[in-house]
Amino acid sequence: MEKKKILISGNEAIAQGAIQAGCNFYAGYPITPQNEIIAYMAKNMTKSAGVFIQAESELAAISMVYGASAAGARSMTSSSSPGISLKQEGISYIAGASLPAVIVNIMRGGPGLGNIAPAQSDYFQATRGGGHGDYHLIVLAPGSVQEAYDLTRAGFDLADKYRIPVMILGDGILGQMMEPIELSTKKNKANPQKSWALSGCKGRKPNIVKSFFLREGALEKFNLSLQKNYEIIRKKESRYEGLNLSDARVVLVAYGTMARIAKSAISQLRGAGKRIGLIRPISLWPFPQAPFNIKNKKLKYLALEMSYGQMVEDVRLVVNGRNPVEFLGRSGGGVPTEEEIINKIKRIL
Amino acid sequence: MEKIFTQTPSLYNVSTHYCPGCGHGIAHRLVAEVVDELGIREKTIGIAPVGCAVVAYDYWNFDCSEAAHGRALAVATGIKRVRPQNIVFTYQGDGDLAAIGTNETIHAANRGENLTVIFINNAVYGMTGGQMAPTTLLGQKTSTTIEGREKQNHGYPLKISEMLALLPGVYYIERVSLHAPAEVLKAKRAIKEAFENQINNRGFSLVELLSPCPTYWGQTPKEALDWIRNTMQKEFPLGRIK
Repeated sequence: MEKKKILISGNEAIAQGAIQAGCNFYAGYPITPQNEIIAYMAKNMTKSAGVFIQAESELAAISMVYGASAAGARSMTSSSSPGISLKQEGISYIAGASLPAVIVNIMRGGPGLGNIAPAQSDYFQATRGGGHGDYHLIVLAPGSVQEAYDLTRAGFDLADKYRIPVMILGDGILGQMMEPIELSTKKNKANPQKSWALSGCKGRKPNIVKSFFLREGALEKFNLSLQKNYEIIRKKESRYEGLNLSDARVVLVAYGTMARIAKSAISQLRGAGKRIGLIRPISLWPFPQAPFNIKNKKLKYLALEMSYGQMVEDVRLVVNGRNPVEFLGRSGGGVPTEEEIINKIKRIL
Repeated sequence: MEKIFTQTPSLYNVSTHYCPGCGHGIAHRLVAEVVDELGIREKTIGIAPVGCAVVAYDYWNFDCSEAAHGRALAVATGIKRVRPQNIVFTYQGDGDLAAIGTNETIHAANRGENLTVIFINNAVYGMTGGQMAPTTLLGQKTSTTIEGREKQNHGYPLKISEMLALLPGVYYIERVSLHAPAEVLKAKRAIKEAFENQINNRGFSLVELLSPCPTYWGQTPKEALDWIRNTMQKEFPLGRIK
């Protein structure tokens, strides 16, 4: 069967993926550079019998998502960096109440109001939980418009499977650029029966959705159950792409848009006979461990970021001193260029 | 002999953690009685607030959710839009509904969400130790207005119910009180109306209950009831607002 190909922006691909995944609740608040998502959802959610709400704030939008998820819906919100900071309150509550939800962050420059240029400077916020408390999100970082579509669809299944908030972490370039993508005809798993959801207590004991554990020891017990869940996710849900790892002298580590620029640099250098590889983490939490298991003492890693040294900390943790880890990053609207990457590689080779 | 007062199924047979003379126990009971009289226990979903009533679900025998402080009406919006066949209500204090959650309150009301709001106005933050609430009266002493609330520094008691009544999306607003048995009966009638409105898809309904907090008013339970009667209801007059 011939697959249907369409030309679409990253933001719209995320929205399209969400609808195909069975997302039946979306609440959001406008912010650049992700406005195509909210517009697409406004236009298409009602067609698919879902609920669309333009909320009064990011705080309200994420709390609406909390409510919809508590009621058993597949729900999503989207925003960009300053808006995601506001959503941290609700994300922590969603994690604390073990609710599934998908949160999209199309990152822009920060801190503060920053600018609307693409950035990756919310890496710490995304991968360390972001709000208060001991929790994690599954964080998926698409590197193409196709992957934005695919990972959003996967995100809904993961959120339901582990009862965890899932973040799709892109940047302004990925959100705005258009690429042809193959629409999948495969359906997502159906929204599962959620015995814990709020639906009215007919024929059962009341369900309570909560994150408040006042009795001594109760919160610790709950937090340990979260940790157990995270341990399973670490083992099973790590995703990455590896390129030329077997013979590499320098392995670049980059995600999202940064990884695309890294690939261009690699193809130039390999043309010139340089052995350069790439690890592209696709899940940023859990951060992939397996591809770093390269037994070569002469190998150097080079972490590339559109931020000033965030992901590189995870690279150093996993490499654990076995090999040198170098860093190149720009932020605040600056994006490392192919030339800058090539010059840096030449310096460390 | 005919039983004229008994337990109501929507309220568990447990003691509450509330202070002597607190109004929450009465308000919980009124909500439970109304839910049972309307026969909606099995489709009711309550939103517990952040504040003294955070564990209201330990007392109510139906589905409940917590919400972050102030976000109850956003959470309720999410639930009700997904499950319009259920009866969804929030139970919120003055700090929750009229300070940190003012935005969520105004916009849920303005969207005309088909929800029921039980608004407990006791003019003080209880859970955190008696700080000034948006509804604290001028001159009222709290732990953050040691000399009493003064308009120059702290502004005026916020009449959120009157503000909400201006919005076309709002169907029903009434202010009632828990300071005397006759008032409690009136409060129950208003709560019932607010739930019936939702059942009949009439839109946003809010009942504000003036509720005693003897602990943080520095009064005996009896003095607290008198204070509502003689002082508080002058600032917050009872009756139907919309």
